[in-house]
Amino acid sequence: MGHYWQEISALTMRWVRRLSREKFSMLFTLVQPMLFWLIFFGNLFQRAADTDVMQAPNYISFLAAGVVVMTVLNNGLAGGVDLLFDKENGFLERLMSTPIHRSSVILSRFIFVMAITSLQVLVILGVSYLFGVHPATGILGIATILLIGMMFGVGLTAISMAMAFSVKSHGDFFSVLGFLSLPMIFLSSALVPLTAMPGWMSFLAQFNPMTWAIDAVRPLILSGWSEALPHVGMVIIVMLVFDALCLYGGAKAFRRAMG
Amino acid sequence: MDRTVAIDVSHLCKTYDGHKAVDDLSFQVYAGEIFGLLGPNGAGKSTTLRTLITLLHPTSGTATIMGYDSVHEADKVRTVIGYVPQERAIDRFLTGREHLQLLGALYHLSKEEATKRIGELLTLVELEAHADRPAKTYSGGMKRKLDIACGLLPDPKILFLDEPTLGLDVQSRLRIWEYVRMLKARGITVVMTTNYLDEADRLCDRLAIIDGGKIKTLGTPAELKIALGGDIVSLTLKEIDRIPTLEAELKGRPAITSVRATAKGLDIRVESPEKALPTILESANRLGCQIEFIQYNRPRLDDVFIAHTGRAITESIPETESA
Repeated sequence: MGHYWQEISALTMRWVRRLSREKFSMLFTLVQPMLFWLIFFGNLFQRAADTDVMQAPNYISFLAAGVVVMTVLNNGLAGGVDLLFDKENGFLERLMSTPIHRSSVILSRFIFVMAITSLQVLVILGVSYLFGVHPATGILGIATILLIGMMFGVGLTAISMAMAFSVKSHGDFFSVLGFLSLPMIFLSSALVPLTAMPGWMSFLAQFNPMTWAIDAVRPLILSGWSEALPHVGMVIIVMLVFDALCLYGGAKAFRRAMG
Repeated sequence: MDRTVAIDVSHLCKTYDGHKAVDDLSFQVYAGEIFGLLGPNGAGKSTTLRTLITLLHPTSGTATIMGYDSVHEADKVRTVIGYVPQERAIDRFLTGREHLQLLGALYHLSKEEATKRIGELLTLVELEAHADRPAKTYSGGMKRKLDIACGLLPDPKILFLDEPTLGLDVQSRLRIWEYVRMLKARGITVVMTTNYLDEADRLCDRLAIIDGGKIKTLGTPAELKIALGGDIVSLTLKEIDRIPTLEAELKGRPAITSVRATAKGLDIRVESPEKALPTILESANRLGCQIEFIQYNRPRLDDVFIAHTGRAITESIPETESA
């Protein structure tokens, strides 16, 4: 157990060090979602969006939950990128030729991605606060939002890592990534409630785990516990199933790649 | 020869999608030697190496490293080996020291032990002055030195080097060769792959020439060359009709292996040119055979390679540059 922890903490430190050496990249990683979506998109549609349809006092307060979950989505889907590079330049082989638990590398990546994502979610909620969005369920609500984010993030990161281990080249990886990301956002309740969507889109959006996550995060921000709790209960079940499927697939891909 | 066996490979096969990358390979590596796997790209060298360092499971056959099975006792194997990968397996954002610290933790060294070894290794590979700079600022040679320091961090019994001088300039190559010889002097067994003939010739105690997943021949570089029949002295005679006379005279003389008439003279295989040349010249003189031209060829490893694979090593597809 002592060895296991030594491995995981050293590998996690590596990810932290890498990020801290890329100051610009770190800044943009943190700033991008709130700049693009929350500040530009949110304010752009402030008047165009119908608050009756949104069921929210204004568009930014409606959008905040969507931006939170979109951040989880993008970080999760990109979570395997660094392992992809490690695989391509041989660093992963170097790590795997040492007497470590085979799972340490993967666990370190989960821990890192979850930590960065949580930090970003807090920044987004902080910026939303400046625009007058005050989470209705307080600190406990924020903790619940982080928990939902992490549960969704684990599955996404597992998908991303499975892809990193399976693809032949990183071109393939980024093509799939680019193809997945935007449809996932448009076919969810991130930007528009399901009730306001064309029938076929709202139908598809129902099957998007992102929709479930947003539908739980949104009342935590806008309404309060009584409205949020059923959604929170539901999303936890959905995410348990989602994570189980993703982790199973991820473990299979990892075992195939690592022998 | 009764020597300690460090690695024992027995009937090793590895098949990818129906293609046999390694086909029934058997060989032994002795403790304390530099053992080379020589062959063109795609010959199966890297597959063999990856099996030995537990990263690949053989389709059939076994590999035992310091008595441990590469599949069932992979964890134990990993504690006795060091690995220097072929690609520049360097994290450009980490400093040299941070690379070694990371590996120290992965080999479960205590902080004190790790700090001590890292200091020693940085001195050994002369990277102390650059230890705290990110690796992206390193030259190719410096990266390779860091690679080797990383491979040595676990204080391995066996060090595996995958194409250690691929893409390096001449000076860096000579430097790396020096390190490898020094490691041998410290008692470390070294197993390396290479597709440079001069490297195999000058560095390896023994080598296996691999092609198409099979071992074509195995021995010391000298043995492999002698197996071709030794050095060749080629004579061109002024009078072609004297060829049979000289041929008869030289056949069966000491230090001369074989004599063969050619269109203009003789091809004489000799065991040692020092002993054979005086005999040849004296005989020619005595019989009054005037020599127009004399040429002496020592077989090179290239000739060994061609003899066993039917082509020159440079005829393989050039490797795509791995940056």
